[in-house]
Amino acid sequence: MTTPDIVPDIAAAAAAAGLACTALSLRRRGRAILSDVTLSLRQGELVCLVGPNGAGKSSLIRCLDGLWRPGGGTVAVEGRPLHSLSREAVARLIAYVPQAAGETMALSVAEMVALGRAPHRHRESATERAGRVAAALARFGLGAMAERAFDELSGGERQRVLLARAFVQDARYLLLDEPTSALDLRHQLDALQIVRGLVDELGVGVMVAIHDLAAAARFADRIVLLSAGQVQTEGAWQDVLTPDHIRTAFGVEVTVGSADGLPYIIPAAVA
Amino acid sequence: MSLSGQGPDGLPGGLWGRLPNIRRGAAARRAATFAILGLLLVVVALYSTFHGVARIPVGTGVAALLSPLLPAGWRPDVPAASVAILTTLRLPRTLLALIAGAGLAVAGAAMQGITRNPLVSPYTIGISPAASFGASVAILMAADHGMASYAPVVVAAFLAALACAAFVLGLSALRGVTGTVLVLAGVGLSYLFGALAATLQFIATEQQLAVIVHWAFGSVNGATWPAVQVTGVVLAIVLPVLAAHAWALNAFAAGGDEVASSLGFAVARTRIVVTVCAVLITAAIVSYAGVIGFVGLVAPHIGRLMVGGDHRVLLPFSAMAGALLLLLADLTGRLLFAPVVVPAGIVVAYLGVPVFLHLLLGRTRGASS
Repeated sequence: MTTPDIVPDIAAAAAAAGLACTALSLRRRGRAILSDVTLSLRQGELVCLVGPNGAGKSSLIRCLDGLWRPGGGTVAVEGRPLHSLSREAVARLIAYVPQAAGETMALSVAEMVALGRAPHRHRESATERAGRVAAALARFGLGAMAERAFDELSGGERQRVLLARAFVQDARYLLLDEPTSALDLRHQLDALQIVRGLVDELGVGVMVAIHDLAAAARFADRIVLLSAGQVQTEGAWQDVLTPDHIRTAFGVEVTVGSADGLPYIIPAAVA
Repeated sequence: MSLSGQGPDGLPGGLWGRLPNIRRGAAARRAATFAILGLLLVVVALYSTFHGVARIPVGTGVAALLSPLLPAGWRPDVPAASVAILTTLRLPRTLLALIAGAGLAVAGAAMQGITRNPLVSPYTIGISPAASFGASVAILMAADHGMASYAPVVVAAFLAALACAAFVLGLSALRGVTGTVLVLAGVGLSYLFGALAATLQFIATEQQLAVIVHWAFGSVNGATWPAVQVTGVVLAIVLPVLAAHAWALNAFAAGGDEVASSLGFAVARTRIVVTVCAVLITAAIVSYAGVIGFVGLVAPHIGRLMVGGDHRVLLPFSAMAGALLLLLADLTGRLLFAPVVVPAGIVVAYLGVPVFLHLLLGRTRGASS
């Protein structure tokens, strides 16, 4: 009775569902962190999550990776609730890059990147793994520092190692928690260009929590503005990052514009 | 930086084909380091077995050890005293030093990895002082029973170690308790158990005091075959379990609970399994050998310095380094003021502290540059 045509349809429908949360709410220590958040991340798009400190960006990212269990609502990846999957299965679908790596107890760059293969370790040989890690190191320009201690690297180099680890994890969705906050201008640009490249070349879906509104406007396909634990608006940057919206969310008067096709947002005064 | 397979200086992608060679070089260095350490271990273990107050030539010693394995007619003529010294004193002593050093080192490496804290060890979180206290209580309660009360002493030490570990780890399981808090709680507990043990020493008779001191200054003096068997079996169970969690330990070391979870590890289960393993082996060793600090703290650091932080390599290497360290400490303690034997638990601090300070200062310099 089944027709073979249905199978690709199901796969397509699953992919279209992406990584999504519905009516998500989260309380921690008696305080409401997120309330009624509904959004989705599809493969092949770069979504920037912006909002003031304490708006719930990092919490939302953690909920989307299943690291925190929400108090209400659901998180599902391609139609399957996260809590119905094993952590290893989730790790093969979703990669997470934390805000700061901290000390790593003497792991080398190659060992850090190799950890991205952890959720696949029962399914591949050591040789296959070494090949993938070597390829990732080369792709991210880390080949020359493969044996260096991660803890000795600069902030920009560390960020690149963490991105390489997420890349080698072979996930369909990447969640990055403020990957640029500790970086100088050049390395911010470098990291975001790498991320954009992952979206365009590999078709992964990436959600980036980020403070730099201009960078978000430049690199994102879609922007979600989070304020006090709720989605205030979402859409194209021209529609979301308006002076009105920014005044409401951040309490700051801004000038928004674009020069040579590059968006800029200049904070003028506290509203 | 582009993603088109070019190096950071825009060099062509072909250059990166050299990468596997670099990795092979590192692997070869590691293998050589392992081989050298293994060789040292064998040499020192043999020396420790055959050297002592009663000199036994290596030839006689080997003959004595092998003769039970040979058919009756083939057995060489070995003095019975030499056989007795070797099989009842020297051999269990060497083996207990090897097992205790390896076990404490592995426990330290695993605990440091899972808490992501280089200051954690069985000693620093109070397990060893607790065991010493437990032993003191049992010695006091046993009154005049002397060596007949040995089994209760071991059991009491074991239970006290478990109780302390359960408390400290229960504390660390609470949300928001950092590695620093864990270490400070351990320091506090060490003081508490130290004070309790000191109080008991005041109450104790002179005879009991002598036995209690044996625990306070841990050593492999008076090692017996049962001690070797019990600690050996626990180590043989714990070591493969910890080795099976090497990937998970790497993930914890790389970024704590959240990163480990995001990489697909069952964080709570891993934490429990690893900690229970570390506590079991520590408690078993401390129950027989008393408080031996520093091996569990220093051996993993030596390991990280020499072969790096990958637990698949670090765990076995730390075990070997810890075994060598304790063996050397015991040997030094025997030779230093012979025939008086300074307990290995004291000597290991002489050897361990300079190494530790060197590593610590080197680490600070590295961090500030």
